[in-house]
Amino acid sequence: MNRAALLVLADGRFPAGGYAHSGGAEAAVKAGRLTDTASLEEFCRGRLHTSGAVAASLAAAAALGLDPGALDRAADARTPSPALRAVARRLGRQLVRAARAAWPHQRLDALVRDFPKGAHQPVVLGVAAHAAGLGPEDAAYCSAHEGVSGPATAVVRLLGLDPFEATAVLARLAPDVDRVARDAVAAAHRAAREGIDTLPARSAPLLEIGAEAHAAWPVRLFAS
Amino acid sequence: MHLGHHHDGPAAVSADAHRPDGTRRALRIGLGGPVGTGKTATVAALCRALRQELSLAVVTNDIYTREDARFLLREAVLPPERITAVETGACPHTAIRDDISANLEAVEDLEDTVGPLDLVLVESGGDNLTATFSRGLVDAQVFVIDVAGGDDIPRKGGPGVTTADLLVVNKTDLAPHVGSDLERMAADARAQRGDLPVVFQSLRGEAGVRDVADWVRARLAAWTA
Ligand SMILES: Nc1nc2c(ncn2[C@@H]2O[C@H](COP(=O)(O)OP(=O)(O)O)[C@@H](O)[C@H]2O)c(=O)[nH]1
Ligand SMILES: [Mg+2]
Repeated sequence: MNRAALLVLADGRFPAGGYAHSGGAEAAVKAGRLTDTASLEEFCRGRLHTSGAVAASLAAAAALGLDPGALDRAADARTPSPALRAVARRLGRQLVRAARAAWPHQRLDALVRDFPKGAHQPVVLGVAAHAAGLGPEDAAYCSAHEGVSGPATAVVRLLGLDPFEATAVLARLAPDVDRVARDAVAAAHRAAREGIDTLPARSAPLLEIGAEAHAAWPVRLFAS
Repeated sequence: MHLGHHHDGPAAVSADAHRPDGTRRALRIGLGGPVGTGKTATVAALCRALRQELSLAVVTNDIYTREDARFLLREAVLPPERITAVETGACPHTAIRDDISANLEAVEDLEDTVGPLDLVLVESGGDNLTATFSRGLVDAQVFVIDVAGGDDIPRKGGPGVTTADLLVVNKTDLAPHVGSDLERMAADARAQRGDLPVVFQSLRGEAGVRDVADWVRARLAAWTA
């Protein structure tokens, strides 16, 4: 148990670039699918149980010590949108910089050496958790939490949504986050026994399609 | 500045003076200040003034468009591969102060792709009087205000006005039209800033960006000394 380190890594102010990304919320707002508190909750729930579950599993597996290179390939295979793959690598690169300053560790150095332009963010998150003395469950929680808190924060800026309401959405999603984190840890252990191909491969087609469209907008508030 | 020291491992964390291969990195100068005061115009003028003698590049931090980068590209002040726009999720002050990772990446990528560079100018998309750059991102910062924003801004102070390494009061050509008292602005700036330098400039005038360019040259001489 290293709860204080978990709080540092999970803090939205951890300087790893997340503030510039909406997790697909900006595209969903533009498309008219995300308009209020209720649709924010549905958006976050959908994201959590699809790409969120995949990311949490990758993070847990990386924290468990599985090979980051193989996990990075698994992440690529599970991310059809080139725009989202680029975003995941950019955020991974930003995270590894912050993590190395916070918790110097040879696994983080190796990530920088092997992926100079960045590995997928969940993979880096798992290695960072390991470097911080945290375990697979912590890594899965960080990943699942930021997967929903990112869009919630973005929607406060995009729609002028009441920030208390947005936080209440996150509180209501907490049991779902618990479940996704627990499943991610189980998936990571299975991947360790039976191979990385057994990691979940759920996807959210609208997030993928929306990300491709969003990347081509000339004017946007968020980078993704 | 930790000259002669560099971070162990494959890549620098932030403000290290050396690149991973041990060579000295480019001097980084930040330009901040309220919207519309002439930051982009100053960057453009600096590029024109310095591009013959220095290898330079620009990073812009736009609020929600790539307006600044587009302007610089349209004006062709530098080849396009030397201009990078960082997206800030509507929070330019976060990108230059609280979470500098995207800007550091942009700077390092420029050094990798078009380097070696002597100088990188980092413009912060218009914010307010409290916007300042992290020392982990830039080595020196310029705060740009203008005479049209009211001649009481130097008196009011704020971290940009009081602590920037150089304060630029731009658009002096407009002073007679907007009734700004330049003498008073100079006296107020002195009171706020002590010995820190202040430049009054008009980019419409003959001297243009000359004084700021000279200040940049002096910073660069100190950096490479
Ligand atoms: N009259 C006058 N206009 C200027 C001067 N410098 C910049 N401008 C104009 O002020 C406007 C805003 O400049 P810009 O560089 O985009 O401001 P920024 O938001 O601080 O980057 C533009 O229309 C410029 O042409 C100056 O010295 N005198
Ligand atoms: Mg500008």
